[in-house]
Amino acid sequence: MILMKFDFDSLKVKVGFEIHQQLDTKNKLFCNCKCEEANGSYDNNFIRILRPTKSELGNFDRAAIFEHTKMNTIKYYSKVGLSCLVEADEEPPHDVNRSALETVLLFSLALNSNIVDEIHVMRKLVIDGSNTSGFQRTMLVSTGGNLKVDGFRKIGVQSICLEEDAAKLLPHSKLYKEYGLDRLGIPLVEIALEPISGKPDEIVNVALTLGRLLRSSKRVSRGLGSIRQDVNISVNDGKVVEVKGVQQLSQLVKVLDYETKRQYGLIKIAEEFEKRNIDDGFIGDRIQDITYLFKDSSSTILKKILKDANSILLSIRLRGLNGLIGYEPINGIRLGKELGEFVRFFGLGGIFHSDELPKYGVTVKDVENIKELLGLSNSDAFLIIGGNEKKINIVLEPLIRRIREFKHGVVAETRSATMDGSTIFSRPRAGSSRMYPETDILPIPVESVLLDDLKQKIPLSWNDLIRQIMKKYELNIKLSEHIFDSQYYDIFEKIVSTSKNITPTFIASKLTEDVVSLSRNNLDKSLLTDDILIEVFDNLEKGFIAKESVTLIFEKIMKKESKSVKEAINSLNLIKINDDELHKILDKILNDNAHVIKEKGINSIGALMGKSMIMLRGKVDGYKINEYLKQKIERFINDEFFK
Amino acid sequence: MKKEATANLNNSDSGKDDYISRSKQLLNKYKVKIGDSVKLISNKGDYTGIIMPRYESFNDNYVVIKLNSGYNIGISIDNIINITSEKLSETSVNVSLNPVKTDEPHNGKFVLTKGINHDIKKPLLSSSLPKILLLTTGGTIASKIDYRTGGVTSILNASDLYSIFPEISNYASIYPEFLFNEYSENLYASHWSLLSERISYAVLHEQFDGIIVSHGTDTIHYTSSAMSFALQNLSIPVVLVGSQRSSDRPSSDAFTNLLGAIKFITKTNYAGIFVCMHHTSSDETIACHIGTRVRKNHTSKRNALQSLDHFPFALIYDSDIVCNTDLKRINTRNNISKNLISKTSFDDRVFLLKFYPGFDPSFLECFSNFKYRVIILEGTGLGHVNKNCFPYLEKLIDSGIVIFMTSQCIYGRVQMTVYDTGRDLLDLGVIPLSDMSSETAIVKAMWALSNSSNKKELVEIMRTDLSNELSNTSPLIS
Ligand SMILES: [Zn+2]
Repeated sequence: MILMKFDFDSLKVKVGFEIHQQLDTKNKLFCNCKCEEANGSYDNNFIRILRPTKSELGNFDRAAIFEHTKMNTIKYYSKVGLSCLVEADEEPPHDVNRSALETVLLFSLALNSNIVDEIHVMRKLVIDGSNTSGFQRTMLVSTGGNLKVDGFRKIGVQSICLEEDAAKLLPHSKLYKEYGLDRLGIPLVEIALEPISGKPDEIVNVALTLGRLLRSSKRVSRGLGSIRQDVNISVNDGKVVEVKGVQQLSQLVKVLDYETKRQYGLIKIAEEFEKRNIDDGFIGDRIQDITYLFKDSSSTILKKILKDANSILLSIRLRGLNGLIGYEPINGIRLGKELGEFVRFFGLGGIFHSDELPKYGVTVKDVENIKELLGLSNSDAFLIIGGNEKKINIVLEPLIRRIREFKHGVVAETRSATMDGSTIFSRPRAGSSRMYPETDILPIPVESVLLDDLKQKIPLSWNDLIRQIMKKYELNIKLSEHIFDSQYYDIFEKIVSTSKNITPTFIASKLTEDVVSLSRNNLDKSLLTDDILIEVFDNLEKGFIAKESVTLIFEKIMKKESKSVKEAINSLNLIKINDDELHKILDKILNDNAHVIKEKGINSIGALMGKSMIMLRGKVDGYKINEYLKQKIERFINDEFFK
Repeated sequence: MKKEATANLNNSDSGKDDYISRSKQLLNKYKVKIGDSVKLISNKGDYTGIIMPRYESFNDNYVVIKLNSGYNIGISIDNIINITSEKLSETSVNVSLNPVKTDEPHNGKFVLTKGINHDIKKPLLSSSLPKILLLTTGGTIASKIDYRTGGVTSILNASDLYSIFPEISNYASIYPEFLFNEYSENLYASHWSLLSERISYAVLHEQFDGIIVSHGTDTIHYTSSAMSFALQNLSIPVVLVGSQRSSDRPSSDAFTNLLGAIKFITKTNYAGIFVCMHHTSSDETIACHIGTRVRKNHTSKRNALQSLDHFPFALIYDSDIVCNTDLKRINTRNNISKNLISKTSFDDRVFLLKFYPGFDPSFLECFSNFKYRVIILEGTGLGHVNKNCFPYLEKLIDSGIVIFMTSQCIYGRVQMTVYDTGRDLLDLGVIPLSDMSSETAIVKAMWALSNSSNKKELVEIMRTDLSNELSNTSPLIS
């Protein structure tokens, strides 16, 4: 089949955002633990079993039970000070952190959202283990409102909630799912926007604007992972797909692009189903155990599957679907790929289908045998799934149901964003039925006195804030925006406050432009910790190093060639030399190159500058060398003249 | 946590007790009630949702609605402009009320009729699985939540129980039976009588392989002590089970504790009164404690129940049970149910008095105004109180009150011969209770008071080990 050209503009894409931003509070939302990373230094652990409850996943109960039997045992890691009995679900939650609540109320006021009269803490069931209790505590603070975005008039706000962050998934063993409790309970604001249409870059601008509004409050965390977007995407008024866990704006563009393509592809596949009049009864009307056919197969993939004595291979007849499973209406989107993802969610390795076989060591003969067994006609297709018999039995019914659903195009589901910007199936969408009241915490009345007080503290708008930064630090607009958008704004303010000899513009440009260009070369900027940055600029402030050295030290550390600033300075031989030494070195260069000066006169400065820089790079400011050289050459020419 | 601890059994359709005066009048005014789908217009905005019940302890100025998103919010009555019913009765949800405490005055006596499920008298169904009677008394083992409304209801039949805990059908046939529904702090000695009579009936006339009693954890150890004295020489195991996290939570410990009890009943050969709860914070190992040697030592942790001075009687692992039989009086399962000694009455004229530095001894004079016959004096250390108390104690003993000494140390044994103070107290006639816990001592004293004919007999009973409440040897436990 011919690959259709993908025309983004002809599609009606609607995108709704849910932004989750960690708040920068001292303590967690429901206890007094600190909001800090444990960085792997856990000192205790315990094991829990979460039980699925009937209604959480709606009609997808079997998947929940499967998840439960597959990974029912969860191991939690804790660290004293960062988690207590509350996170361990061994003590009822304490009262809501007032400072977190105030921050969210401020956002509600800034977005003209209607604050509820009395806030009720709810439990949202989540049984993947990311919450020890089996639910996430969340409260609706306000509804409605709007966000002003350049290019759009106003974007509607749906709701603003205050909730607790989930535990952090750790790389885990086969035996247990493992989570760190340090992140559990950190306050998050969740802001959901009304769905909007627009080009990906316009939509990214909305996310950027909202992110900036939150950051301009200076009451939110700024590190990597402290902001996460969930994006709801629908194409041509189809079903809404929720994509979770988009962490960066660059990733968002890719996710929007991929998900639009994917949904477009699914619509095209559904059209084919329609054309071919595929009835539900066509799908999986015959299922045959074909394990015996492959007893002596030389296919390495099948051998691997059948190594386990409890494994089986099943073939499934799909009438009328010949050519459709491998059909690629748009680059990279195939029914076969979707199904592979689907069964992987259930712990199988993947699927084989008739459009791609013979391949993977499955021979022409094997294919013919299967076709005969299933009674396949030329218009029919088949699927092979293999693995542990118990798993196969669990996956079979949802799989067939899923294939039937392709008839309807896009299916409402929750997917997760991958780092490369695509999305993979994670679970069916959960409904409102998974919410029930948190009976351990009394409802919180929102006093009008409090709101009146908070109205004085509403964060500045983005534009006002940038203007304020420009004025305060004498930065240009571009640098003001860059430094504020970067993760280094707080440290920038800190360094500026202790620097007399370095201009804010210099600090800001090093922290933005230079770090960005270094990280473009795949260097790791996370190695530039706050302490390291402070130490580098402190060395500069005290005159120990030259301005040129700052970037050199950054590079040395980001390349992991030096572990500390001291080490970098030593290995680069950057200790600034004093004027006496400088004069000695320059005089020597002058003497060594006297013939050049005699020949070229003042124009010899270029050549001499080059030679000097080789010796003095990083130890003396370039302009100073230039200055001194110029004086010395002039004097030299002068002296020669009067000789 | 407390509010969800007990299920409310009244499925109200009126909600008349949930909204008080102001809010109730408002709902009446707009002719809407709890469970109705409504559109509510306030001067802040419009909301659509379902009217939810409100805890009686909350203040009266808000109406709670559940929005379509699932969130509950409260709307100030002062801000409400109008409420209209969205659709008529067909969509009106039958909202079960959130659990509320029952205010029924307790008159101290129960009649033994309402609990018994007479169907079980006839030979049980032929299933080869062990048969277990599950008596519910108000614990959170068997309750389920209505996710739409947040209300909690008790599970009263086996099919509901199996639908929540499908795995238990692999181990046993469970016969759930409602006995009463109380927060465990609201229990009286008369509840112990009712429970022990029901168990006695089941042992003598029904054919269960074991009995599980679901019980609130706050006083589970008092009840287990009470059962241990009221029902001696049991032919089958009776296991009390509690949970620290209610069973409507995915993280509830109810199921693992229940399963631990079922495993103990079906896979070991012991009879008597036991308590099953978590051994640690992990959902891994269940500890099975002797009914008289257990105490709630933590307000909220899963392993709040701990054996005192001895190892738990059994540790129940995933596929393995390890029993520790250092205690003398453990019976093995047998068919001779007629050996049961059932003495189910208690006399609550017993007072538990905790001594502390600064205690005013003249307080002891007030006992002359009360009916108390026994005082359990919880002394310091090895069993001491300030010497200023001596004359008052002497007066009380002279007046016929029996005074026993236990220690507030939780662990260890009362030994009053070591120091002068202890020896003087012994001379006054204060009777030491060795390593019996204060909680067990007060229960035993209530039972002994009711089942003895004179003071000498009472003291004799108190100082005789009947159910492992007294032990001669304290094992070394790290
Ligand atoms: Zn904590």
